[in-house]
Amino acid sequence: MRELLLRLWDSRIAVAAVILFAVGFVTLLLHRNLLKKIIGLNIMDTAAYLLLTSLGYIENRLSPIIQNGDTDPTRYVNPLPAGLVLTGIVVSVSVTAVMLALTVRLYQRYHSLNLDEIYASAQKEHGV
Amino acid sequence: MAFSVNVPLFAIVLCLVCSVVSSVLSGRAARRLSLALCAVVAVGMGMLLAYGMRTGVGTTYLMGHYPHPWGNELYFGVLEPLLLCAFSVVMGLCLLGGRKHLIEDLEDGKHRMYYVMSDLVLSALIALATTNDIFTGYVFIEICTISSCGLLMIRQIGRTTLASIRYMIFSLIGSGLFLLGVILLYAITGHLLMPNLKEAIGKLYASGQYRIVLLSAISLITVGLAIKSGLFPFHFWMPDTYGYATPASGGILSGLVSKGYIFFLLRVIFRVFGTDVFYRSGVSNILYVFGAIGIVVGSISALREKDVFRMIAYSSAAQIGYVYMGIGISPRLGVLAALFHILTHAITKPPLFLSAAQLSDTANGRLRANWRGAGHRNRIAALTFSICAFSMIGIPLTMGFVSKYRFAAAAFERTALIVPTLIVLALSTILNGWYFMRVIIALYLPVNRDDGAQRSALRKQGVYAISAIVFVLMNIVCGVAAEPLVLLLERGLGLL
Repeated sequence: MRELLLRLWDSRIAVAAVILFAVGFVTLLLHRNLLKKIIGLNIMDTAAYLLLTSLGYIENRLSPIIQNGDTDPTRYVNPLPAGLVLTGIVVSVSVTAVMLALTVRLYQRYHSLNLDEIYASAQKEHGV
Repeated sequence: MAFSVNVPLFAIVLCLVCSVVSSVLSGRAARRLSLALCAVVAVGMGMLLAYGMRTGVGTTYLMGHYPHPWGNELYFGVLEPLLLCAFSVVMGLCLLGGRKHLIEDLEDGKHRMYYVMSDLVLSALIALATTNDIFTGYVFIEICTISSCGLLMIRQIGRTTLASIRYMIFSLIGSGLFLLGVILLYAITGHLLMPNLKEAIGKLYASGQYRIVLLSAISLITVGLAIKSGLFPFHFWMPDTYGYATPASGGILSGLVSKGYIFFLLRVIFRVFGTDVFYRSGVSNILYVFGAIGIVVGSISALREKDVFRMIAYSSAAQIGYVYMGIGISPRLGVLAALFHILTHAITKPPLFLSAAQLSDTANGRLRANWRGAGHRNRIAALTFSICAFSMIGIPLTMGFVSKYRFAAAAFERTALIVPTLIVLALSTILNGWYFMRVIIALYLPVNRDDGAQRSALRKQGVYAISAIVFVLMNIVCGVAAEPLVLLLERGLGLL
């Protein structure tokens, strides 16, 4: 039991990331409010970046910028995950922008942010 | 090193440049640029295909000559240029054949934006089909999602906006899962380039380390891409998405974009997981089961649809089921059948959307009930619709027949799957025949001669007629002389 708890404590960031990912995933999939869906999307992506960042961090090492002429790679953390996270953030910002634009347009047309209400008005309007 | 090996990188950059340039051109100039781009990419990929056939080996293209693990790479053999050549031809024909409706459906001043998006989709397809780096794959998956959503939402009626947001939500769920899978793979292997990943995964699998993480990564990546391409039970966004988009977008999204994701998944299976690990993990059986259920459910949903566009869209869901069923059967014949079906569907589905749009113009509506006798008023559209529908049903002399034959042949590789596969194929052929023949019969029902007065002449249809004829010819030529194409695919599969 003690061992299990210790192992859990060691991977606490990964556990937190998975829980956050699940929260975001369920919100994106099941919540009916479009804005909350978008927030869920961002939580989900952020959780993935948290996991990636935590993988790249090694305790007691420096950030990967050469300091005082020290070129020994074992003194620095892995820079690649940070690069991946930056790329991922760009992707999720643009996706969020597209989703928000779509939400604005839907709100202007149907005066609601609730997907069920929007469906209901769309069905009334188009008669299918 | 031959000049041809630069083609994929040039093509990706050219597409990106063209999409930026298109944003400042007039709609007409942007359309011409887009069509020229499709032609150039098709020719380039043809050259690359010839190069691949001549050398008989796959080529790894180091970007900036940085070797792994620092550099980013592209990889291509025979299969990648072959599919991309077909994809760019189909895209050009979609833009050509859907021109009339693009002009009608899009607001003035928005036309050039459409071509910005279509160029981006093409660049994303090329990148997905050639990249050797799984994270680059993720970035282009998202580019593909955003630009295909653009193709959809540019037609500004309420239903397309609603369909776009649904499409986006499912796509984002898929790419979120994919990203998590990639991160898990990176965590246990420390690599992102496909060959290094494959080597590391092989070692991990042999040593039995991180078995659960590896299995989770395989499932997350597979499920993520399956959701994005619309495998049952995640196909519910399809009818709205394909059915209400402008016909050219419907063709591009169903024929190309979803296939781009599937082809990327195939590359990941072959080049990252390795077929041994993937087929032993059991994920392939899940793909088989959901593919087979998807075929039946998609066909039954299509049968219940009164709106022809939504019916064709549901039929797409069934076709995606075929492809996944093939992948689930076996890594050799099954995947070969799936690859052939990717081509079949890419060549058959877009002209169905395009000709349905032409027919619904003459028939005053999208519902099957309104289509009585519409075939007499627009003969070329009706003929195209019928031949493509025959191909979807699987009638000999068309590509659809060869696909179905290949799926049946593949099933014999695994004795346990022979009976269920054959039952599903038979059932789906009956259902396909039922819902497509209903429409075709309605098209050719006799009408009063007076009604025939407004028949659209062939020459009035212009570019649509050209694209329809080319699509039908491609379908029949590949259906009659399928053997060389199958050999080519087989050779490409060996190099994947």
